[in-house]
Amino acid sequence: MSIIASTAAQISELAQEYTPAEAKANAGASGAGMAYGLAAIGPGIGIGYLVGQAVQAMARQPESAGQVQTTMFLGIAFTEALALIGFVVFILLKFA
Amino acid sequence: MFAALEFPSIENLVEWPAFFGDGTFYAFNKIALISMLAVIIPTALFLLAKKEMVPRGVQNIVEGTVEFVEKQVVLSAIGPEGLKYTPLILTIFLFVFFGNIFEVIPTFQMPANARMANPLILAVVAWVSFVTIGIKSQGFAGFMKSSLFPPGVPKALYILVTPIEFLSTFLLRPFGLAVRLFANMLAGHILLVTFGVLCITLATASPLAAILPFSYAMLVGLTGFEVMVSLIQAFVFSLLTAVYIQLSLHAH
Repeated sequence: MSIIASTAAQISELAQEYTPAEAKANAGASGAGMAYGLAAIGPGIGIGYLVGQAVQAMARQPESAGQVQTTMFLGIAFTEALALIGFVVFILLKFA
Repeated sequence: MFAALEFPSIENLVEWPAFFGDGTFYAFNKIALISMLAVIIPTALFLLAKKEMVPRGVQNIVEGTVEFVEKQVVLSAIGPEGLKYTPLILTIFLFVFFGNIFEVIPTFQMPANARMANPLILAVVAWVSFVTIGIKSQGFAGFMKSSLFPPGVPKALYILVTPIEFLSTFLLRPFGLAVRLFANMLAGHILLVTFGVLCITLATASPLAAILPFSYAMLVGLTGFEVMVSLIQAFVFSLLTAVYIQLSLHAH
């Protein structure tokens, strides 16, 4: 019985109107999740493709592995920046 | 059941009270301490290293570091003519690395580079050095011409290309450098805190203590991962600085 009572209390709590500040914080939190999730899609595909191609290049020409590796890290750094800006936006939306 | 699972607010994770001098210009907190250690430790290592023909102990570490930066960063990004910039790039590499590695060292467990000030200053250093080197090697007009007016573009398109090039060279480069380092270290720090909080919560919630080993294994694994991230971020920061120096050395 107590579980039902507490659930009912929770539901009535949820149904309450939010103050503008709370509503803004809630919208910010859900927007933050969306922002990071969307920002991670592109760089995820990009880094996967990049490293895959780098592995292929290294397998074909093992003697150029060092050069390919350096270029790969550079490419990852540039691709990753987009995801990281998404993360910064997440932090800003959630906490600022 | 999850009442105990309360994630600390972001202020608790990154803001540290001052040890002394709170509110004054010489306020000294954990971040400042780590930054100073990141200067002192490499300096001490380099001073301790003996200059013998057959390296032993500390000398091995130091020579290995110098050789790594020289081969993997300077020679592969700039080439033999960039060897005179090795001290600058080595300094950046070591400062970033030691600022990062305190993320996993017990009692500190805070990367100094997870506060925006440190990466920002490093990015300004990188920006000033590549602009200065560009102006020194090509002259002011030549450097501006080669960085703002890329050759092989139809004349009319310069209206579009020049502002974009200006933005990407002089604003987005330092911004990207700073944000990349900052966000990586902050994300790693939050990740470790998440699993640390989860472990503590699971240890106190008796029915859920059964899955504590998994959470703990994850924490240990991520700590190892963060060591790797610290090294890679230091490598990437110094590599990008070297690439920017290389781009401003010659007209393209």
